[in-house]
Amino acid sequence: MNALARMVRSQAGASVIATLLALLIVTLVIAAGGYDIGHAATALWNGSVGSPYSFFSGTLVRATPLIIVGLAVAVAFQAGVLNIGAEGQLLAGAAAAMTAGLAMTGWPGWISVPAELIAGMLAGAACAGIAAVLKRSFGVLEVISTLMLNFVALYGVSYLVRGPLEEPTHTYPETLRLAESARLPVIIPGQRLHLGFIIAVVLAIAAWWFVRSTATGFRIRAVGAGAAAAASAGRVSVDRVVFGTFLASGALAGLGGGVQVTGVTYKLFELISPGYGYTAIAVALLARLNPLAVVVAGIFFGALEAGGAGMQRDAGVPAGFVYAIEALVILGVLAVDRVRTYAGAHSAPVAGERAA
Amino acid sequence: MSGGAFTAFLESGVRFATPLAYAALGELVVERAGVINIGLEGAIICGAFGALIAAGTGSVWLGFAGAALAGVLLAAIFAFFVVTLKTDQIITGTAMSMLGLGLTGTLYRTMYGTAGASLHIATIAPAPVPGLSAIPVIGRAFFDQPVVTYALYAIVPALAWWFYRTTGGLALRAVGEHPEAARGAGISPSRVQWAALLFGGAMGGISGGTLVLAQVGTFAEGMSAGRGFIAIAIVVLGRWTPFGVAGAALLFGAASALQTLAQTMGWGMPYQLPLAFPYLLTLVLLASTRGRTASPAALGQRPA
Amino acid sequence: MDFHRRADWAVTDPAYALTLHGITKQFGSTVALDGADFDVRAGTLHALLGENGAGKTTLMRLAFGMLRADAGTIEVDGTPRRWRSSADAIAAGIGMVHQHFLLIPAMTVAENVSLGDRGILRGFNPRAAADRVRRIGTETGLVLDPAACVADLAVGAQQRLEIVKALARDARILILDEPTAVLSPAESQELYAWLRAFVARGHTVVIITHKVREALAIADDLTVLRRGRTVLTGSSRNLDEIAVIGAMIGASVTADAPATANVSAPGAAVMSLEHVSVIDERGVQRLRDVSMEVRAGEIVGIAGVEGSGQHELLRVLAGRLTADRGHVKTPAHIGFVPADRLRDALVPAMTLTENLALKDSGSARGIVNWDSYEARAAATIRGHDVRTSGPEALAGALSGGNQQKFVLGRELEGSPEALVVENPTRGLDIRAAAHVLAELRSARVAGVAVAVYSSDLDEVLSIADRMIVCFDGNATATAVDAGAVARALVGLG
Repeated sequence: MNALARMVRSQAGASVIATLLALLIVTLVIAAGGYDIGHAATALWNGSVGSPYSFFSGTLVRATPLIIVGLAVAVAFQAGVLNIGAEGQLLAGAAAAMTAGLAMTGWPGWISVPAELIAGMLAGAACAGIAAVLKRSFGVLEVISTLMLNFVALYGVSYLVRGPLEEPTHTYPETLRLAESARLPVIIPGQRLHLGFIIAVVLAIAAWWFVRSTATGFRIRAVGAGAAAAASAGRVSVDRVVFGTFLASGALAGLGGGVQVTGVTYKLFELISPGYGYTAIAVALLARLNPLAVVVAGIFFGALEAGGAGMQRDAGVPAGFVYAIEALVILGVLAVDRVRTYAGAHSAPVAGERAA
Repeated sequence: MSGGAFTAFLESGVRFATPLAYAALGELVVERAGVINIGLEGAIICGAFGALIAAGTGSVWLGFAGAALAGVLLAAIFAFFVVTLKTDQIITGTAMSMLGLGLTGTLYRTMYGTAGASLHIATIAPAPVPGLSAIPVIGRAFFDQPVVTYALYAIVPALAWWFYRTTGGLALRAVGEHPEAARGAGISPSRVQWAALLFGGAMGGISGGTLVLAQVGTFAEGMSAGRGFIAIAIVVLGRWTPFGVAGAALLFGAASALQTLAQTMGWGMPYQLPLAFPYLLTLVLLASTRGRTASPAALGQRPA
Repeated sequence: MDFHRRADWAVTDPAYALTLHGITKQFGSTVALDGADFDVRAGTLHALLGENGAGKTTLMRLAFGMLRADAGTIEVDGTPRRWRSSADAIAAGIGMVHQHFLLIPAMTVAENVSLGDRGILRGFNPRAAADRVRRIGTETGLVLDPAACVADLAVGAQQRLEIVKALARDARILILDEPTAVLSPAESQELYAWLRAFVARGHTVVIITHKVREALAIADDLTVLRRGRTVLTGSSRNLDEIAVIGAMIGASVTADAPATANVSAPGAAVMSLEHVSVIDERGVQRLRDVSMEVRAGEIVGIAGVEGSGQHELLRVLAGRLTADRGHVKTPAHIGFVPADRLRDALVPAMTLTENLALKDSGSARGIVNWDSYEARAAATIRGHDVRTSGPEALAGALSGGNQQKFVLGRELEGSPEALVVENPTRGLDIRAAAHVLAELRSARVAGVAVAVYSSDLDEVLSIADRMIVCFDGNATATAVDAGAVARALVGLG
């Protein structure tokens, strides 16, 4: 489809402009802070892509949850579902995967690892399901309900790691580590990159194909872009599509949590997610909700976070600036998009534009 | 529980509730103008940071002014995007939270280095109200607090009066219910929303300022700790009225106090339960009122 | 700012209350007004006429300060004025009653009237506001309960409230946009009588309408807009219906497409309702025990003033709404053309190919064959004279007429047994409207069972073989005759 290609191209252009703007502003801030820009840039480069280790064990490892959860957000937003509860769904998924993994100690990996991931997906879907039921049966705005559920999930994890799942010595508020066999395998010897990255990329391709080529995927897009028309002209059951997409989005976010505990941390603790669920919104938006572009945006943000850690280590630039970049990228995309609208370009709606 | 312990519990509940009430009352005004500011968290942390900078002058009151100013600055960015550029409120708000947290973290480390944690600034002490603070049980809780808490006792009724008994309040509610009708009556919805957002930013900033200047006495990265999101829940639970919001803020404050109490008293109850309870209560309330019956009709909609 | 202050501007030409000259306004690439002129004599009732999309509402919104003109001048009482917002226009004594009322349902009558009083801290006293509403009621006869919640008011009362709002701001020039569209004939007469009395007191009224006969009967002067330009203006005494309609639709175009009536005899019943009732989610009964049928090869016209149940009737016929009681028979393959095409028929941000696929989106399974949809979209574009760059054009980029032709083409694709159509020519220019009506006629000839609702009675009457009139949830068959339908619309006969 030519038009789709054209749209993606021009939207990619907007995302690139927005990103460059954000980086420019951040560079100015860093310079104003009295840091050596050259030194900082070198540290950023070295920390993210400068060596095989920084790329495979830094950037791609950090990108993995961002891609998976970014897909969760992108799919939801495509259907007009403003799921901002990916953070809570991720936590629920991480907790469930961990619980499953601890319960299945001693089982062969080919059983326990998939079981952990499935448990994570089910928990994420269940967490999203609460908001979906509240929306469908009680008309509760998902923005508010998912926000509330993020906190409920956070306190739930806190309870688990300080209560039933706390390691036996009760020294640290965290669980025991998963057995070797219950972990996602490392895919490059000597690196930290694990199978979860492959899962993320395969999921992105599958989601891209699904949204573009299947009838269900088209229903999701149609409901997001024009719910009333889909209901009237296509007799689409909008409630069912929204409900199903909500659950799928939650399952993806839960999988992101499951992959994180089985592939990276091997244990559960309160701060297992440094806000992946929120960063994923920036990832999805930068990717213009296109699942393939989510991979690119996820790796970009992963590189920023890995490089940001490197910058703090080597050049003393605070790592918090990564959040500022992410925020500026979102604002940049929004602003560039508005400018395009004013310039008369017929663009597809911005991410998350509500279906009335 | 002894009377003294109960008084202590109430007192700490009011203390926890104070910053929440400031943020939530600001958000209340914002939502009454039809805007939902998910980025309130960013305004609170900016307020806390602004308080830190301004209190460096030695004046606590300049500290509060700095807090309000910082909140207003962040709110101005939000207002420019959401009201002037008409971008999506939720996505923009998410960005504002990240911007506030990222910016303050960066600036704090840049200005104070890693040793910043030792930094201490003067705080305002509780000022017991003669007579009232001697009332049994509730006296200490409500009338032996810093002056910022007392200010709320005036702000809440003042807001209620302003909402329902002034033409300005009428205009605000009209914009939140039906911006086109307001426009037809000669009201500029975008101007009202700008004003509401700046007010909300100032209140969010003061909320952060209260944390630094009346409670903790220092700044820490991310010290807003989700209070911006709690404030949004409080507005919902308070059913979009000033007194309701004040009551809901007190409930959330009490939940935090109960958590501390549960830990110190060694009750068998998991301390996370009281913390999660207000959120669950908000969800139940939303479900039982079928979502948004009490909410402004145009809440969250993009201005035309 | 104080609304009750009167600026002491110099009155140079008191003969004209409102003068708009050379007004141009463009929305994106669409020219809404193209140098329009409009002169309203003080103390007269002036009707502003034109087809849908002629620019009437845009012109009046400019006069009221809700929009800003790209070019042109505005004078009030002979003084050049420039509005920053409608607040300025209100201060100059202009009031406007919009077609879709600008009332806040959650507020009381008194609060709605007080809306727009200046000042951030200026007190709002509910008792004083109520007194003001009562005083205006006794002075003007527009009586309202100040404490009533607007959500509970009937449509006629809501319109009274809109006028009271304007009068509370001392409006001397009252603009009403399609004021009788939502009123019963009796209510319309009452409103017109009130407006005449208002004018008799030296005030000025502009009504926007497309009802030529009403305008000739009530107005002192008429102005006709067509495609953003003033094409006719003058005293209604010197104008007749033919001249006005000719100006509205353009002399070279004939409104009636070639008649194809009576060429086909209706066949078996394709859609039928027996004792159907519908209750909406708020518990209001929308249809009461309705029985009707539409046979193959006939056009059944449906009429009804807003809220009479025709909206639900069409959706039950089209299988889009489930009846709460009664028996419904509709064919599997049925086309539906809803009134609000950008909301209910098309997704503006999607391509025509995708919009064609939308028709099957509820039932489709598996993988979508986009090549086939693209070919079908191309065929629809060719077969129904849709002017566009091709199937990959975004639906939102098409003009209203071409959007409607595409929707109609999509719904007629694959020879449906039945077609349900709602306000098919709304917002279309006369040529596109004629095309759409001609398509409906040929669908009938092809044996399709067609049900058409239009808020324009003349339009339904011009194509219907039979008429069904909705009133208060009941559906009654009437003769295809304006008088008979008009009586049924208000529940008589």
